[in-house]
Amino acid sequence: MSRVLLTVEDVTKTYDGFRAINNLTFYLDEGELRIVIGPNGAGKSTFFDLITGRAKPDVGKIEFDSDDLTLLNEYAINRLGIGRKFQTPSVYLQLTVWDNLRLSLKGSRSVWSSLTRRVPSEQADRIEDILKLIRLDAKAQLPAGQLAHGEKQWLEIGMLLAQDPKLLLVDEPAAGMTDEETHRTGELLVSLAGKHSLIIVEHDMTFVRQIASQNRTVTVLHQGSLLCEGKFDDVQSNPKVREVYLGRGKH
Amino acid sequence: MRRTPTNFETWGVTVVAVLILIVLPGLNAFTPADSFLHVSDFSIGLYGKYLCYAVLAISVDLLWGYTGLLSLGQALFFSLGGYMMGMYLMRMIGDLGQYHQPIPDFLVFLGWSSLPPFWKPFSSFPFALMMIFLLPGLLSLVFGFLAFRSRIRGVYFSILTQALTYAAAILFFRNDLLLGGNNGFTDFKFILGYDLRNPATSRALYLATGLLLLGTYLLCRWLTTTKFGKIQRAIRDSENRVLFSGYATSSFKLFVFVLSSLIAALAGALFVPQVGIINPSEMWPDKSLEAVVWVAVGGRGTLVGPVIGAVAVNWLKSWATRAYPDLRLFFLGALFILVVLILPGGLVSLPARIHGWWKHFRRPPEPAPAGAKSAAQPSTLNTQLPP
Repeated sequence: MSRVLLTVEDVTKTYDGFRAINNLTFYLDEGELRIVIGPNGAGKSTFFDLITGRAKPDVGKIEFDSDDLTLLNEYAINRLGIGRKFQTPSVYLQLTVWDNLRLSLKGSRSVWSSLTRRVPSEQADRIEDILKLIRLDAKAQLPAGQLAHGEKQWLEIGMLLAQDPKLLLVDEPAAGMTDEETHRTGELLVSLAGKHSLIIVEHDMTFVRQIASQNRTVTVLHQGSLLCEGKFDDVQSNPKVREVYLGRGKH
Repeated sequence: MRRTPTNFETWGVTVVAVLILIVLPGLNAFTPADSFLHVSDFSIGLYGKYLCYAVLAISVDLLWGYTGLLSLGQALFFSLGGYMMGMYLMRMIGDLGQYHQPIPDFLVFLGWSSLPPFWKPFSSFPFALMMIFLLPGLLSLVFGFLAFRSRIRGVYFSILTQALTYAAAILFFRNDLLLGGNNGFTDFKFILGYDLRNPATSRALYLATGLLLLGTYLLCRWLTTTKFGKIQRAIRDSENRVLFSGYATSSFKLFVFVLSSLIAALAGALFVPQVGIINPSEMWPDKSLEAVVWVAVGGRGTLVGPVIGAVAVNWLKSWATRAYPDLRLFFLGALFILVVLILPGGLVSLPARIHGWWKHFRRPPEPAPAGAKSAAQPSTLNTQLPP
């Protein structure tokens, strides 16, 4: 029996009376890779905002290990080991790929320790490893603004890896990628499971099928609530899910 | 060795530093007044003023160009540094003022017969120097702490800084603040025992300003190569990413805000003995806006740009004031509009632009695209024609 890493219990978040998250309960085990799907407006981004401290719940409990996340702000939550990849690639466009990774590396975050030009050799090695993994080693000295869209997505995933977080929250990693890039992204994310825990929000069903192999759990959100949870095939054949999400195109 | 832009900048800065720190003061001191090489005392005073503005411009760019924080109140810190120096200079007048009293004239005028307590320590230069750092530093620390903690960003931050300098100007206009009211401080006589009317004193102040500019440039250049400098630019490009990477961005912004206020304050402290006056109009919002214009004209996000912008705009201003007194504002307005429209990167981007234009005109149009274009046009025409 594996240990619960993230606990979300009875959480509600409203914006101007709109219930973006409605009485949601969600558990994630250590080392698990969980896929979250749901139509637009289902509350997936708000769900990530609540975990990462960008938004605070109106009521409910959010705990990571034994830390109460509702009391902490964004950077403090990140320092506990929760990394987030945004839906639109969010990298430092004017800095080089190498510097993007350097700023993300796990280590001190204080102002005083940043007043140095020195990069310890073990950090430089780690950057090289990540560059190879995300296949950007040839473009290390290019400004990130010159990368293609898919490459920016990879760079942001690399920046997440550099932080070496316990939990990765990944918002639509395959958006704007070619089929081949999407497949490689899937392989990379699946390879991280076990050592890290991951929550992946995705729209692309081919991609979801790929990463949901090995009987992983898929969570379906609808109107801020949990609609159902289960294996990919079960979820896909669930009539409620077909109604709100998968079958919508057939109306 | 490869000719990188950085190497080019190093050479350029070295040449200009030699010119400013050795050649110009040398020509002022050692050539006869009628020689065509002579640099007049008036010019040295004028250049010293430009160099102070250049330091102020770097402090603006450190915030705006490098961190994305557009401060519209940077002249406040410049003026506060100036006021602290001014208080020292007022004490050094001694009893040589109009009223021949041991306290500054305006205090006599306000009915004071002895020095208010807070004025007393300013007869000590080390104390005044400490206050040049302490007062602007504390103000920027408290203001920045509150603003950045409350996540005030973008245009709201700009408006708030402008409001701060406006409020300070109104405060300093009041006579009961005992800082000279709307006349401020003037008629300075001595600094560290040297006569301010002596050309050698002006030269020394000019040199000190040149060294401050060089030191500021080198410090900021080093800073941009550190991890801190990269985080600064990362905050400018994507503050959320930095925040969600575990950095308390408010601390980084506070550090750079305080640092730039100290740089501005030092520039102001050297400005006052050279121009001989400080009054609340230096805190008026348009002074801070002007400093932003210098940076935009010179080229923001670079360290050389603000220096070029500050000197160029102020030189143009002095020249236009003498040559076309009625039209000077039109010159400045036109310069600003032209730079924004034609050279968004500022004057520092001019060489690269000219190089680009030169290459464009030198090289004949490449045959392939030209051919494709001419071939494509008739075909589209043909398809549009009815069969």
